[in-house]
Amino acid sequence: MLKVEGIDVFYGDVQVIWDVSFEVNEGEVVALIGANGAGKSTLLRTVSGIVRPRKGGITFLGEPLAEVPPYRIIEKGIAHVPEARRLFPDMSVEENLELGALKPAAKARRADSMERVFTRFPRLEERRRQLAGTLSGGEQQMLAIGRGLMSLPRMLMFDEPSLGLAPLLVEEVFQVVRDVRADGVTVLIVEQNVRQTLAIADRAYVLETGRIVRHGSGRELLEDEEVKKAYLGV
Amino acid sequence: MAQSSWFRNYKVAACVLVALAAAPLVPVLNSSYMLHVLILMLMWSVIGMSWNLLSGYCGQVSFGHAAFFGLGAYTAGILYLHGGVSGWWGLPASVIVVGLGSLVIGYICLRLRGPYFALGTLAMGEVLRVTAENMEWLTEGTMGIMIEKRTWVAKEPFYYIVLALAVGTFVIMELLVRSKWGYYFVAIREDQDAAESLGIDTTRYKTIALVISGVLTGLVGAFYTNYMGFIDPEVVFALHDISIITIMVVMVGGVATRWGPFAGALIMIVLSELIRAMPKIGTAHQTLFGVLLIVIIIYLPNGVMGDFRKVFRLVRRGAAPARAGGE
Repeated sequence: MLKVEGIDVFYGDVQVIWDVSFEVNEGEVVALIGANGAGKSTLLRTVSGIVRPRKGGITFLGEPLAEVPPYRIIEKGIAHVPEARRLFPDMSVEENLELGALKPAAKARRADSMERVFTRFPRLEERRRQLAGTLSGGEQQMLAIGRGLMSLPRMLMFDEPSLGLAPLLVEEVFQVVRDVRADGVTVLIVEQNVRQTLAIADRAYVLETGRIVRHGSGRELLEDEEVKKAYLGV
Repeated sequence: MAQSSWFRNYKVAACVLVALAAAPLVPVLNSSYMLHVLILMLMWSVIGMSWNLLSGYCGQVSFGHAAFFGLGAYTAGILYLHGGVSGWWGLPASVIVVGLGSLVIGYICLRLRGPYFALGTLAMGEVLRVTAENMEWLTEGTMGIMIEKRTWVAKEPFYYIVLALAVGTFVIMELLVRSKWGYYFVAIREDQDAAESLGIDTTRYKTIALVISGVLTGLVGAFYTNYMGFIDPEVVFALHDISIITIMVVMVGGVATRWGPFAGALIMIVLSELIRAMPKIGTAHQTLFGVLLIVIIIYLPNGVMGDFRKVFRLVRRGAAPARAGGE
């Protein structure tokens, strides 16, 4: 579904991604794991078109994304739930969700999608008129995910959804990721919470200083000695 | 029904409009001086509202609104000087000239973000000022352009023209801010990358905000040429007297509020007239403005309209038996 082939990404003159290739198949949950600064978020931002690779290519459903401006990526069926939520704090919950459904196909079914988001996250319905900036961290994360779902994506990219949340909410977030997949949406997830991520991922790639150093099924990597030592603290 | 709910929403606006329209009939206000003050106030309201659209709602803080004001003013001046027609043709002509000018300025500056955008616009204003000073064949340089005979001696016609401009701008702002575009503008202000990845063509909407803001400011510039009868680059492209005052008007009144630019223009113009009339310290009015801005930023960061309740509380407390100290 998503194919990333041999990309190099630079911030100014600094190369942060070195010849990275990975792919995500329809219906999978694929995880990118690695330490701080490994380049995980950069990879998602590259898929979103916010940063452009200097070398290599990205295709989604067979279509190259190199020439697609960032605001049209969502029309292709890719939604991004960015790191630190990136909500519009001075807008209400409802307005944030509405802005998730701008492409015509999603707009036509907006009321329907919003009902579904509210059914999944009843807390958001209770607070539909509240400003997003006044929600708790967990509620904000749910809203960010809800906003991503509003575009009726084929693939949803999560960037550190568990960041800064209490353990109970982290549980909830991973449950949401499972539900999203169960609804037929492909998932690409970036996380530092390696154990829980590998537990739900079909496949995962381990990223170290901008290079992919390991790749395997979630279970394999959970058992991998190196991964255990480096990320699971065993 | 629709009409009555419309009226309920805009009762204040309707009252303000009636009051402003009737102002010249009030004997105390019907002096040349008072009308001049009112005209200035309305001019600044329009400039403030336009700045508010680009910088308040869309979050692209401009330090160069003098560029648009000056372009509009010179469109009228040059048409009069070289075209041999009435300077009033400058109003419709400025829409085209400033519209195109804004596109160019937007093309250059809108790729910059935050403080860099602000500096870019600031530079644009200065570039245009120096250009106007040096293109003497077109602009008469620092000599400026003088309109030999102003259209009317009385102030009333000017007053009603600028009032119409203010009402038109107010209506445009209301329509825009409540429209789909208004939401896009705010989304861009709050988080440009998030807006972009949700499918908003941020470059396009930032350009729209900039062009509308520029054109409305340019119209005031063209009006100014006809009203004052004299322009020179020092005045109409002024960084301190136009660009910075524009920002102050909106900050004092309240950024991204409906009435902020009006309140700000009223306060700034009245204050500036009062301070200038004071003996000795009158010449220091800019210093006092600076102090005022600092006070506003510390105590009323959302401006007079944005912190309306706070102002109300302060006033009430002031009226009640005095209590020592502040917050």
